[in-house]
Amino acid sequence: MNLQVEVSEENLVHYFKVVGEVDAFTAPVLKERLTSVQKTPNVQAVIDLSEVDYIDSTGLGIFIGFYKALQEQNGYVKMTGVNHRLKRLFEITGIDKIIDIEIEEGGSDDASL
Amino acid sequence: MPREIGKHYKEILKQYIQKQDEKDLYAGQKFSREFIEKEISPEEVIGIHKSSLMELLPETSDQIWHSFDFLIEMMIHYGLALQEHQSLILKQEELAMEMKIAAQVQNSLLKTKVPSFKGLDIGFITVPAKQMSGDYIYFLNDDSNYASVAVADVIGKGIPAALCMSIIKFGMDSMQYENPSPNVVLEVVNRIVEDNIDDSMFISMFYGKYDAEKSIFNYGSAGHEPALLYRAKTGKFVELDAEGLLLGVQRNIQYEERSVQLEDNDFIVIMTDGVTETRTEQGFIEEQFIHAILESVKDEPAQKIADTVYQRLGELQNFQLRDDFTIVIFKKNER
Repeated sequence: MNLQVEVSEENLVHYFKVVGEVDAFTAPVLKERLTSVQKTPNVQAVIDLSEVDYIDSTGLGIFIGFYKALQEQNGYVKMTGVNHRLKRLFEITGIDKIIDIEIEEGGSDDASL
Repeated sequence: MPREIGKHYKEILKQYIQKQDEKDLYAGQKFSREFIEKEISPEEVIGIHKSSLMELLPETSDQIWHSFDFLIEMMIHYGLALQEHQSLILKQEELAMEMKIAAQVQNSLLKTKVPSFKGLDIGFITVPAKQMSGDYIYFLNDDSNYASVAVADVIGKGIPAALCMSIIKFGMDSMQYENPSPNVVLEVVNRIVEDNIDDSMFISMFYGKYDAEKSIFNYGSAGHEPALLYRAKTGKFVELDAEGLLLGVQRNIQYEERSVQLEDNDFIVIMTDGVTETRTEQGFIEEQFIHAILESVKDEPAQKIADTVYQRLGELQNFQLRDDFTIVIFKKNER
Protein backbone atom coordinates (compact mmCIF):
# COMPACT_ATOMS: atom_id res chain seq x y z
CA MET A 1 0.00 0.00 0.00
CA ASN A 2 1.27 3.45 -0.91
CA LEU A 3 1.24 6.60 1.10
CA GLN A 4 1.35 10.11 -0.28
CA VAL A 5 1.83 13.27 1.69
CA GLU A 6 1.07 16.56 -0.05
CA VAL A 7 2.65 19.50 1.70
CA SER A 8 1.52 23.10 1.30
CA GLU A 9 1.76 26.34 3.22
CA GLU A 10 -0.76 29.14 3.53
CA ASN A 11 -0.64 32.13 5.89
CA LEU A 12 2.19 30.48 7.84
CA VAL A 13 0.11 27.33 8.43
CA HIS A 14 1.63 24.07 7.18
CA TYR A 15 -0.90 21.69 5.63
CA PHE A 16 -0.21 17.98 5.29
CA LYS A 17 -2.71 16.06 3.21
CA VAL A 18 -2.13 12.38 3.83
CA VAL A 19 -3.45 9.86 1.31
CA GLY A 20 -3.30 6.11 1.93
CA GLU A 21 -2.68 3.90 4.92
CA VAL A 22 -0.25 4.85 7.64
CA ASP A 23 1.44 1.69 8.85
CA ALA A 24 4.88 0.40 9.74
CA PHE A 25 5.86 0.25 6.04
CA THR A 26 4.62 3.66 4.95
CA ALA A 27 5.18 5.62 8.15
CA PRO A 28 8.78 6.66 7.37
CA VAL A 29 7.52 8.84 4.47
CA LEU A 30 5.13 10.69 6.78
CA LYS A 31 7.73 11.01 9.48
CA GLU A 32 10.20 12.59 7.07
CA ARG A 33 7.65 15.20 5.91
CA LEU A 34 6.55 16.10 9.42
CA THR A 35 10.10 16.27 10.73
CA SER A 36 10.88 18.95 8.14
CA VAL A 37 8.80 21.53 10.03
CA GLN A 38 8.89 20.40 13.63
CA LYS A 39 11.99 22.39 14.57
CA THR A 40 10.41 25.71 13.56
CA PRO A 41 9.39 27.84 16.57
CA ASN A 42 5.63 28.48 16.94
CA VAL A 43 4.85 26.31 13.94
CA GLN A 44 1.16 25.83 13.08
CA ALA A 45 0.23 22.60 11.37
CA VAL A 46 -2.94 20.96 10.03
CA ILE A 47 -2.95 17.28 9.14
CA ASP A 48 -5.77 16.34 6.77
CA LEU A 49 -6.70 12.67 7.22
CA SER A 50 -9.83 12.63 5.04
CA GLU A 51 -8.11 10.23 2.61
CA VAL A 52 -6.80 7.94 5.33
CA ASP A 53 -8.77 4.84 6.30
CA TYR A 54 -6.32 3.19 8.59
CA ILE A 55 -3.51 4.08 10.96
CA ASP A 56 -1.66 1.36 12.81
CA SER A 57 0.21 1.77 16.06
CA THR A 58 3.46 2.78 14.36
CA GLY A 59 1.58 5.51 12.50
CA LEU A 60 -0.06 6.68 15.69
CA GLY A 61 3.36 6.89 17.31
CA ILE A 62 4.49 9.27 14.57
CA PHE A 63 1.58 11.65 15.17
CA ILE A 64 2.24 11.63 18.90
CA GLY A 65 5.94 12.20 18.33
CA PHE A 66 5.07 15.16 16.09
CA TYR A 67 2.71 16.56 18.73
CA LYS A 68 5.41 16.30 21.39
CA ALA A 69 8.01 17.95 19.17
CA LEU A 70 5.61 20.83 18.45
CA GLN A 71 4.85 21.29 22.13
CA GLU A 72 8.52 21.94 22.72
CA GLN A 73 8.49 24.60 20.01
CA ASN A 74 5.32 26.21 21.32
CA GLY A 75 3.58 25.04 18.16
CA TYR A 76 0.10 23.73 17.44
CA VAL A 77 -1.27 20.82 15.44
CA LYS A 78 -4.81 19.90 14.46
CA MET A 79 -6.07 16.81 12.66
CA THR A 80 -9.01 17.10 10.28
CA GLY A 81 -11.20 14.80 8.21
CA VAL A 82 -11.03 12.00 10.77
CA ASN A 83 -13.33 9.06 9.94
CA HIS A 84 -15.21 6.83 12.35
CA ARG A 85 -12.50 4.19 12.65
CA LEU A 86 -9.75 6.72 13.31
CA LYS A 87 -11.94 8.64 15.75
CA ARG A 88 -12.30 5.47 17.79
CA LEU A 89 -8.54 4.94 17.72
CA PHE A 90 -7.90 8.49 18.96
CA GLU A 91 -10.53 8.10 21.69
CA ILE A 92 -9.25 4.75 22.96
CA THR A 93 -5.68 5.99 23.14
CA GLY A 94 -6.70 9.25 24.82
CA ILE A 95 -5.10 11.23 21.99
CA ASP A 96 -8.35 13.17 21.42
CA LYS A 97 -7.80 14.79 24.82
CA ILE A 98 -4.48 16.34 23.83
CA ILE A 99 -4.73 16.91 20.07
CA ASP A 100 -7.61 18.81 18.46
CA ILE A 101 -9.51 16.54 16.14
CA GLU A 102 -12.16 17.41 13.57
CA ILE A 103 -14.49 14.68 12.42
CA GLU A 104 -15.00 14.09 8.72
CA GLU A 105 -18.13 15.91 7.53
CA GLY A 106 -21.05 13.57 7.11
CA GLY A 107 -18.85 10.57 7.70
CA SER A 108 -19.04 10.31 11.45
CA ASP A 109 -21.89 7.82 11.53
CA ASP A 110 -20.74 5.69 8.62
CA ALA A 111 -21.70 2.23 9.81
CA SER A 112 -19.75 0.43 7.09
CA LEU A 113 -16.42 1.05 8.80
CA MET B 1 44.43 -28.91 -5.26
CA PRO B 2 43.64 -26.21 -7.89
CA ARG B 3 45.97 -28.05 -10.23
CA GLU B 4 43.89 -31.21 -9.88
CA ILE B 5 40.68 -29.31 -10.40
CA GLY B 6 42.21 -27.77 -13.52
CA LYS B 7 43.03 -31.21 -14.85
CA HIS B 8 39.56 -32.50 -14.18
CA TYR B 9 37.99 -29.43 -15.78
CA LYS B 10 40.16 -29.88 -18.86
CA GLU B 11 38.94 -33.48 -19.25
CA ILE B 12 35.26 -32.54 -19.14
CA LEU B 13 35.84 -29.63 -21.50
CA LYS B 14 37.72 -31.85 -23.94
CA GLN B 15 34.86 -34.35 -24.02
CA TYR B 16 32.34 -31.65 -24.66
CA ILE B 17 34.33 -29.90 -27.40
CA GLN B 18 34.66 -33.20 -29.23
CA LYS B 19 31.12 -34.55 -28.93
CA GLN B 20 28.80 -31.84 -27.52
CA ASP B 21 27.04 -34.51 -25.54
CA GLU B 22 24.35 -33.47 -23.02
CA LYS B 23 25.98 -35.85 -20.55
CA ASP B 24 29.20 -33.85 -20.49
CA LEU B 25 27.32 -30.63 -20.13
CA TYR B 26 25.62 -32.08 -17.09
CA ALA B 27 29.01 -33.23 -15.73
CA GLY B 28 30.23 -29.65 -16.09
CA GLN B 29 27.24 -28.36 -14.24
CA LYS B 30 27.89 -30.74 -11.38
CA PHE B 31 31.54 -29.83 -11.39
CA SER B 32 30.74 -26.13 -11.04
CA ARG B 33 29.40 -26.89 -7.58
CA GLU B 34 32.86 -28.05 -6.64
CA PHE B 35 34.19 -24.65 -7.73
CA ILE B 36 31.73 -22.95 -5.42
CA GLU B 37 32.49 -25.28 -2.54
CA LYS B 38 36.22 -24.70 -2.87
CA GLU B 39 35.58 -20.94 -3.07
CA ILE B 40 37.13 -20.58 -6.48
CA SER B 41 36.30 -17.11 -7.76
CA PRO B 42 34.69 -16.40 -11.16
CA GLU B 43 37.93 -14.94 -12.55
CA GLU B 44 39.84 -18.04 -11.47
CA VAL B 45 37.30 -20.22 -13.30
CA ILE B 46 37.98 -18.29 -16.48
CA GLY B 47 41.71 -18.62 -15.82
CA ILE B 48 41.31 -22.39 -15.58
CA HIS B 49 39.20 -22.39 -18.76
CA LYS B 50 41.86 -20.41 -20.60
CA SER B 51 44.78 -22.62 -19.62
CA SER B 52 42.77 -25.76 -20.40
CA LEU B 53 42.03 -24.40 -23.87
CA MET B 54 45.68 -23.47 -24.42
CA GLU B 55 46.56 -27.11 -23.91
CA LEU B 56 43.61 -28.50 -25.88
CA LEU B 57 43.75 -26.08 -28.85
CA PRO B 58 47.33 -24.75 -28.97
CA GLU B 59 46.89 -23.42 -32.53
CA THR B 60 44.36 -20.80 -31.49
CA SER B 61 45.26 -17.23 -32.33
CA ASP B 62 46.82 -14.96 -29.72
CA GLN B 63 43.94 -12.54 -30.11
CA ILE B 64 41.62 -15.06 -28.47
CA TRP B 65 44.01 -15.49 -25.53
CA HIS B 66 44.14 -11.71 -25.07
CA SER B 67 40.36 -11.64 -25.02
CA PHE B 68 40.40 -14.10 -22.12
CA ASP B 69 42.70 -11.81 -20.15
CA PHE B 70 40.20 -9.06 -20.78
CA LEU B 71 37.33 -11.25 -19.59
CA ILE B 72 39.25 -12.18 -16.42
CA GLU B 73 39.58 -8.49 -15.66
CA MET B 74 35.85 -8.07 -16.19
CA MET B 75 35.03 -10.78 -13.70
CA ILE B 76 37.15 -9.54 -10.80
CA HIS B 77 34.36 -7.35 -9.38
CA TYR B 78 31.88 -10.17 -9.63
CA GLY B 79 34.25 -12.16 -7.48
CA LEU B 80 34.41 -9.39 -4.90
CA ALA B 81 30.62 -9.04 -4.85
CA LEU B 82 30.35 -12.76 -4.27
CA GLN B 83 32.77 -12.59 -1.35
CA GLU B 84 30.76 -9.77 0.18
CA HIS B 85 27.58 -11.78 -0.24
CA GLN B 86 29.12 -14.74 1.52
CA SER B 87 30.30 -12.69 4.47
CA LEU B 88 26.82 -11.14 4.77
CA ILE B 89 25.25 -14.57 4.96
CA LEU B 90 27.65 -15.41 7.74
CA LYS B 91 26.79 -12.21 9.60
CA GLN B 92 23.09 -12.89 9.17
CA GLU B 93 23.49 -16.29 10.73
CA GLU B 94 25.24 -14.69 13.69
CA LEU B 95 22.45 -12.13 14.09
CA ALA B 96 19.75 -14.79 13.90
CA MET B 97 21.56 -16.65 16.65
CA GLU B 98 21.75 -13.53 18.82
CA MET B 99 18.06 -12.85 18.24
CA LYS B 100 17.24 -16.33 19.37
CA ILE B 101 19.20 -15.84 22.56
CA ALA B 102 17.60 -12.40 23.11
CA ALA B 103 14.13 -13.94 22.76
CA GLN B 104 15.08 -16.54 25.37
CA VAL B 105 16.38 -13.85 27.70
CA GLN B 106 13.14 -11.92 27.19
CA ASN B 107 11.10 -14.98 28.05
CA SER B 108 12.92 -15.67 31.27
CA LEU B 109 13.13 -12.00 32.21
CA LEU B 110 9.42 -11.44 31.75
CA LYS B 111 8.25 -14.65 33.31
CA THR B 112 5.05 -14.33 35.27
CA LYS B 113 3.16 -16.67 37.56
CA VAL B 114 -0.53 -17.17 37.01
CA PRO B 115 -2.55 -16.66 40.20
CA SER B 116 -4.59 -19.66 41.14
CA PHE B 117 -7.36 -19.60 43.67
CA LYS B 118 -10.92 -20.63 44.12
CA GLY B 119 -13.61 -18.71 42.31
CA LEU B 120 -11.41 -17.42 39.50
CA ASP B 121 -10.34 -19.23 36.35
CA ILE B 122 -7.58 -17.57 34.34
CA GLY B 123 -6.53 -18.38 30.80
CA PHE B 124 -4.20 -16.57 28.42
CA ILE B 125 -2.22 -16.82 25.23
CA THR B 126 0.39 -14.51 23.76
CA VAL B 127 2.00 -15.07 20.36
CA PRO B 128 4.62 -12.74 18.88
CA ALA B 129 4.44 -11.72 15.22
CA LYS B 130 8.23 -11.73 15.05
CA GLN B 131 10.79 -13.38 17.25
CA MET B 132 10.48 -10.87 20.07
CA SER B 133 7.16 -9.66 21.37
CA GLY B 134 6.00 -6.11 22.09
CA ASP B 135 3.00 -7.46 23.99
CA TYR B 136 3.28 -8.26 27.63
CA ILE B 137 1.17 -9.95 30.29
CA TYR B 138 2.00 -9.67 33.93
CA PHE B 139 0.10 -11.23 36.81
CA LEU B 140 0.32 -10.19 40.44
CA ASN B 141 -1.46 -11.71 43.40
CA ASP B 142 -1.42 -12.03 47.13
CA ASP B 143 -2.19 -15.77 47.05
CA SER B 144 -5.61 -15.48 48.61
CA ASN B 145 -7.88 -12.71 47.49
CA TYR B 146 -6.49 -10.39 44.88
CA ALA B 147 -5.47 -11.29 41.37
CA SER B 148 -4.18 -8.47 39.20
CA VAL B 149 -3.21 -8.48 35.55
CA ALA B 150 -1.46 -5.98 33.33
CA VAL B 151 -1.70 -6.34 29.57
CA ALA B 152 0.59 -3.97 27.72
CA ASP B 153 1.42 -3.31 24.09
CA VAL B 154 4.46 -1.30 23.10
CA ILE B 155 3.84 0.81 20.02
CA GLY B 156 6.42 -0.44 17.63
CA LYS B 157 7.54 -3.99 17.14
CA GLY B 158 10.60 -6.15 17.42
CA ILE B 159 13.63 -5.67 19.59
CA PRO B 160 13.17 -2.04 20.74
CA ALA B 161 9.61 -2.80 21.86
CA ALA B 162 10.76 -5.88 23.69
CA LEU B 163 13.43 -3.99 25.59
CA CYS B 164 10.83 -1.51 26.87
CA MET B 165 8.94 -4.31 28.52
CA SER B 166 11.54 -4.92 31.16
CA ILE B 167 11.13 -1.32 32.35
CA ILE B 168 7.40 -1.87 32.89
CA LYS B 169 7.97 -5.15 34.64
CA PHE B 170 10.43 -3.73 37.12
CA GLY B 171 8.15 -0.75 37.73
CA MET B 172 5.31 -3.06 38.66
CA ASP B 173 7.55 -5.32 40.70
CA SER B 174 8.45 -2.37 42.87
CA MET B 175 4.77 -1.99 43.82
CA GLN B 176 4.02 -5.65 44.27
CA TYR B 177 3.59 -5.66 48.03
CA GLU B 178 1.49 -2.53 48.24
CA ASN B 179 -1.39 -4.17 46.41
CA PRO B 180 -2.09 -0.91 44.57
CA SER B 181 -5.27 -0.06 42.68
CA PRO B 182 -5.24 0.21 38.87
CA ASN B 183 -5.17 4.00 38.63
CA VAL B 184 -2.15 4.17 40.94
CA VAL B 185 -0.28 1.51 38.97
CA LEU B 186 -0.94 3.35 35.70
CA GLU B 187 0.17 6.67 37.15
CA VAL B 188 3.42 5.23 38.48
CA VAL B 189 4.20 3.25 35.34
CA ASN B 190 3.43 6.32 33.20
CA ARG B 191 6.00 8.32 35.13
CA ILE B 192 8.59 5.56 34.77
CA VAL B 193 7.97 5.27 31.04
CA GLU B 194 7.98 9.04 30.52
CA ASP B 195 11.31 9.33 32.36
CA ASN B 196 13.06 6.36 30.82
CA ILE B 197 11.88 5.69 27.33
CA ASP B 198 12.69 7.30 24.03
CA ASP B 199 10.35 10.09 22.92
CA SER B 200 8.95 8.15 20.01
CA MET B 201 7.91 5.06 21.97
CA PHE B 202 4.58 4.69 23.69
CA ILE B 203 2.82 1.93 25.52
CA SER B 204 -0.84 1.08 25.94
CA MET B 205 -1.77 -0.82 29.05
CA PHE B 206 -4.87 -2.28 30.63
CA TYR B 207 -4.68 -3.02 34.32
CA GLY B 208 -7.32 -5.02 36.18
CA LYS B 209 -7.53 -6.12 39.79
CA TYR B 210 -9.99 -8.77 40.89
CA ASP B 211 -11.20 -9.07 44.44
CA ALA B 212 -12.25 -12.71 44.75
CA GLU B 213 -14.09 -12.25 48.01
CA LYS B 214 -16.38 -9.50 46.74
CA SER B 215 -16.23 -10.60 43.08
CA ILE B 216 -15.41 -7.06 42.03
CA PHE B 217 -13.14 -6.26 39.11
CA ASN B 218 -11.45 -2.85 39.24
CA TYR B 219 -9.78 -1.63 36.10
CA GLY B 220 -8.08 1.26 34.40
CA SER B 221 -6.74 1.82 30.90
CA ALA B 222 -3.84 3.77 29.50
CA GLY B 223 -4.92 4.15 25.90
CA HIS B 224 -5.58 0.43 25.62
CA GLU B 225 -8.23 -1.44 23.66
CA PRO B 226 -11.35 -1.76 25.90
CA ALA B 227 -11.78 -5.15 27.54
CA LEU B 228 -14.98 -7.14 27.04
CA LEU B 229 -17.24 -8.44 29.76
CA TYR B 230 -19.52 -11.36 28.93
CA ARG B 231 -22.63 -11.45 31.10
CA ALA B 232 -23.73 -15.07 31.47
CA LYS B 233 -27.21 -14.13 32.63
CA THR B 234 -28.11 -11.96 29.63
CA GLY B 235 -25.75 -13.46 27.07
CA LYS B 236 -24.56 -9.91 26.20
CA PHE B 237 -21.16 -8.28 25.89
CA VAL B 238 -20.28 -5.04 27.64
CA GLU B 239 -17.22 -2.94 26.77
CA LEU B 240 -15.02 -2.10 29.73
CA ASP B 241 -13.46 1.21 28.83
CA ALA B 242 -11.90 3.81 31.06
CA GLU B 243 -10.37 7.13 30.17
CA GLY B 244 -6.63 7.48 30.14
CA LEU B 245 -3.83 8.50 27.82
CA LEU B 246 -1.16 6.14 26.47
CA LEU B 247 1.85 5.71 28.74
CA GLY B 248 4.83 7.89 27.97
CA VAL B 249 3.10 10.81 26.23
CA GLN B 250 2.73 13.22 29.13
CA ARG B 251 3.91 13.32 32.71
CA ASN B 252 1.51 13.51 35.64
CA ILE B 253 -1.56 12.06 34.00
CA GLN B 254 -4.56 10.95 36.04
CA TYR B 255 -6.21 7.67 35.15
CA GLU B 256 -9.86 6.88 35.60
CA GLU B 257 -10.70 3.77 37.58
CA ARG B 258 -13.93 1.84 37.18
CA SER B 259 -15.33 -1.35 38.60
CA VAL B 260 -17.82 -4.07 37.75
CA GLN B 261 -19.41 -6.77 39.84
CA LEU B 262 -19.03 -10.26 38.38
CA GLU B 263 -21.63 -13.01 38.63
CA ASP B 264 -20.97 -16.73 38.23
CA ASN B 265 -19.77 -17.68 34.73
CA ASP B 266 -19.25 -14.07 33.68
CA PHE B 267 -15.90 -13.60 32.04
CA ILE B 268 -13.63 -10.71 31.10
CA VAL B 269 -11.57 -10.66 27.90
CA ILE B 270 -8.50 -8.43 27.77
CA MET B 271 -6.88 -8.17 24.35
CA THR B 272 -4.26 -6.26 22.39
CA ASP B 273 -4.90 -4.73 18.96
CA GLY B 274 -3.25 -7.75 17.36
CA VAL B 275 -6.54 -9.48 18.19
CA THR B 276 -9.10 -6.76 17.45
CA GLU B 277 -7.39 -5.59 14.28
CA THR B 278 -7.15 -9.00 12.71
CA ARG B 279 -7.11 -8.47 8.99
CA THR B 280 -8.11 -10.79 6.19
CA GLU B 281 -8.07 -10.24 2.44
CA GLN B 282 -11.58 -8.82 2.78
CA GLY B 283 -10.51 -6.24 5.36
CA PHE B 284 -10.72 -5.96 9.12
CA ILE B 285 -12.86 -8.37 11.09
CA GLU B 286 -15.98 -7.03 12.78
CA GLU B 287 -16.29 -6.84 16.53
CA GLN B 288 -19.27 -9.19 16.33
CA PHE B 289 -17.00 -11.82 14.85
CA ILE B 290 -14.96 -11.99 18.05
CA HIS B 291 -18.17 -11.95 20.11
CA ALA B 292 -19.47 -14.94 18.17
CA ILE B 293 -16.29 -16.93 18.77
CA LEU B 294 -16.38 -16.13 22.49
CA GLU B 295 -20.03 -17.04 22.72
CA SER B 296 -19.46 -20.41 21.11
CA VAL B 297 -17.06 -21.39 23.93
CA LYS B 298 -18.62 -19.48 26.82
CA ASP B 299 -19.10 -22.63 28.91
CA GLU B 300 -15.51 -23.82 28.48
CA PRO B 301 -12.63 -23.20 30.91
CA ALA B 302 -10.80 -19.87 30.52
CA GLN B 303 -7.75 -21.38 28.81
CA LYS B 304 -9.90 -23.11 26.23
CA ILE B 305 -11.65 -19.80 25.47
CA ALA B 306 -8.32 -18.03 24.93
CA ASP B 307 -6.94 -20.85 22.78
CA THR B 308 -10.06 -20.99 20.64
CA VAL B 309 -9.97 -17.28 19.83
CA TYR B 310 -6.34 -17.60 18.77
CA GLN B 311 -7.08 -20.71 16.72
CA ARG B 312 -9.99 -19.13 14.83
CA LEU B 313 -8.41 -15.74 14.21
CA GLY B 314 -5.07 -17.33 13.41
CA GLU B 315 -6.64 -19.53 10.74
CA LEU B 316 -8.08 -16.47 9.02
CA GLN B 317 -4.57 -15.14 8.40
CA ASN B 318 -2.84 -18.53 7.90
CA PHE B 319 -1.09 -17.96 11.22
CA GLN B 320 1.06 -15.26 9.61
CA LEU B 321 0.43 -12.66 12.29
CA ARG B 322 0.90 -8.99 11.37
CA ASP B 323 0.99 -7.94 15.00
CA ASP B 324 1.68 -9.56 18.36
CA PHE B 325 -1.43 -11.38 19.57
CA THR B 326 -2.39 -11.44 23.24
CA ILE B 327 -5.56 -12.38 25.04
CA VAL B 328 -6.31 -12.91 28.74
CA ILE B 329 -9.51 -14.38 30.18
CA PHE B 330 -10.72 -13.90 33.78
CA LYS B 331 -13.73 -16.12 34.41
CA LYS B 332 -15.68 -16.17 37.63
CA ASN B 333 -16.54 -19.61 38.99
CA GLU B 334 -18.69 -20.60 41.88
CA ARG B 335 -16.69 -20.29 45.06
